[in-house]
Amino acid sequence: MGGYKYEGRRLPVQDKKARMKTHRNKMTEQDPLARARNFDEVNLGYDAETAISEAERCLLCPSSPCVKGCPVKIRVPEFLDKISEGKFMEALEIIKADNALPAITGRVCPQEVQCEGPCTQNKVSKEPVGIGYLERYVADLERNSMDRCCVNCSPPTGKKVAVVGSGPGGLTVAADMMRLGHEVHIYEAFHKAGGVLVYGIPEFRLPKAIVDYEIKCMEDLGVKIHTNHIIGKIYSLDELMAEEGFDAIYVGIGAGAPRFMGIEGENLLGIFSANEYLTRSNLMKAYDFPNYDTPIAQGKKVCVMGGGNVAMDSVRTGLRLGAEEAHIIYRRSHEELPARTEEIHHAEEEGVMFDFLTTPIRFIGDDEGKLVAMECIRMELGEPDDSGRRRPVPLEGSNFILEADLAVIAIGAGPNPILTSSEPEIELNRWGYIVADDDGKTSKKGVWAGGDIVTGSATVILAMGAGRKSAASMHRYLTGEEEW
Amino acid sequence: MNKVLMKKKLVSNIFEMEVEAKGIANKAKAGQFVVIMVSEKGERIPLTLADWSVEKGTITLVFMVVGTSSLRLSQLEEGDDLFAVLGPLGHASDIEDYGAVIMVAGGVGTAPIYPIAKSLKERGNKVISIHGARSKDLLFWQDKLASVSNEHIITTDDGSFGRKGLVTEPLKELLEADHDKIISRVYSIGPGIMMKFCALTTKPFGVKTIVSLNPIMIDGTGMCGACRVCVHGKTKFTCIDGPEFDGHEVDWNLLTTRQRAYLNEEKCSYDKFHMECED
Repeated sequence: MGGYKYEGRRLPVQDKKARMKTHRNKMTEQDPLARARNFDEVNLGYDAETAISEAERCLLCPSSPCVKGCPVKIRVPEFLDKISEGKFMEALEIIKADNALPAITGRVCPQEVQCEGPCTQNKVSKEPVGIGYLERYVADLERNSMDRCCVNCSPPTGKKVAVVGSGPGGLTVAADMMRLGHEVHIYEAFHKAGGVLVYGIPEFRLPKAIVDYEIKCMEDLGVKIHTNHIIGKIYSLDELMAEEGFDAIYVGIGAGAPRFMGIEGENLLGIFSANEYLTRSNLMKAYDFPNYDTPIAQGKKVCVMGGGNVAMDSVRTGLRLGAEEAHIIYRRSHEELPARTEEIHHAEEEGVMFDFLTTPIRFIGDDEGKLVAMECIRMELGEPDDSGRRRPVPLEGSNFILEADLAVIAIGAGPNPILTSSEPEIELNRWGYIVADDDGKTSKKGVWAGGDIVTGSATVILAMGAGRKSAASMHRYLTGEEEW
Repeated sequence: MNKVLMKKKLVSNIFEMEVEAKGIANKAKAGQFVVIMVSEKGERIPLTLADWSVEKGTITLVFMVVGTSSLRLSQLEEGDDLFAVLGPLGHASDIEDYGAVIMVAGGVGTAPIYPIAKSLKERGNKVISIHGARSKDLLFWQDKLASVSNEHIITTDDGSFGRKGLVTEPLKELLEADHDKIISRVYSIGPGIMMKFCALTTKPFGVKTIVSLNPIMIDGTGMCGACRVCVHGKTKFTCIDGPEFDGHEVDWNLLTTRQRAYLNEEKCSYDKFHMECED
């Protein structure tokens, strides 16, 4: 990682110029009005011809700004060049050297601020190479065909690694450690592995069959997954080491505690944390109630507080569950929306309404304790705050009533205390997140941590990046190459 | 796996089930709960532990059939596997030497109160149980509860067994007669309405009253907030902050309102299930 320099073939100047004149190949999508009422995936994927044509747009820049922008430093120009030659499995091998879950990251990474943002084609024409779409294409091709790229595992080392949490970070650590020859066990509290990939991100954005496939591949290669095991309750970390014989532990438990707004009426019926709303729909398949037993409330007018990916997932779920109107209520403006550009665009196409510079100050219920409306206030943007975004300031006297019978709070999440509160040796910061160094080492010997439980709510790929670094450090420790 | 080793009907719609769950049995403490799923398509159901055996590696669950999920659970047979069992969850009861404690158990709440009474008695407390049911044929575990009680008072609403009336009546009398103030704690587990009235009964006496709440839950690990309740004016998650709370500080109306959130859906699911059974 770091300091990557593309040393593959160079393009003659005239070829570069020709490539600069090309246009980005559009992703085929379900029709917006049709898809707003079903849970099938929105993006339908490239075909081989489109994939090659898109990969041929890469300028093979020696400076590779795309690689610099990637949290796990995938060798982008090299895999794009393989795709342009039609060598799809070779391309996938290049990706998999750095990223164990390309079918997933190809769908959920914020490419516009990572690989595609700094892409030279983006600077030239605002039409970056569809790197995410191509990553997804080769990963899907492997899953949907008999073609397989090679994954080489080192001979067994005799060391045992426990991974606590089966989200993207934990899966990455598991994949890396398994390839390095260690015995890997994943512990997951839910009845299904995948973490946020299965409970949080909806089917229409990331089909669960893909997550299931990736996890099954890991199991086939020898990773053992223990679902329904909540570490901190059923085993302490010390018990995992002393009694279950683990030599190292990775804690990737995410930031699972939902934040509420702390305003009047927040416990009325019809108000949900995004975690509850999405978990019911995605993990428990409540969208298929009563074929599945878990129900979900159906709103006529759904309002979602927040502007991130979780907010977009929630509001689009509301629409698909039959809402007549679905709103995003965001206290800043369009420009500050933290969600992926594509999700915002898809939500707009599907008819989601955006109420910017607005925040609720009170929820209003009827005699039965059900939500009927929210009192909101308008905001204006002041000076930038710590996050660099302009701070919203309430406009006095701008209060108004917005009717709503279902509200979802998607304003972020905090650290879940179950594991951390039972492990006094692990140092926490003042917000309750685990303190870890650059390699993911915590204050407890033999225990690494990474992802949202260290950084606070972030992205799938950042959790995977943290997992990669921790796995490398863990491997050095287990092989005696590095002291604790 | 979590095999059902024993199942029996205790009374009309209340069942007892012993389930293989070695790891949970090893760690279980009075007052904690588990979340179970009968099948992959089932709901996640929170159930407070009624008993467990470290030697056998088993936990005992007692549940009332109220809807599709509990009905499906009741239809499992010995030898069947539960799809999922997660635990032990929640905080354990505070087991200390309080002097004397009153344990008020109502209906299916008799089961979760048993291990708490047992632990309190083992800790040296004088345990007085008030054991209520609507009528004689809905009473269960009398012997079990009596075996961990110094006094065991049974009440039935219709007077078909024990004392006729509600559990709050002997509760009030015991507190009135406790001139030396040796009763310093009351536990109440049962229907929300019963716990509420127990708390109202004990409040004038200033005796701390612990209740175990049973709101709707999904994960049981603090990640969804479905189980939020209001205690002392603050929102708490029953799964990770509870399940036991100070009964004098619980917003009972909010609890019962939120418990009814899915009545229509529950009926729809139940009707569908019955139709499928008839097919």
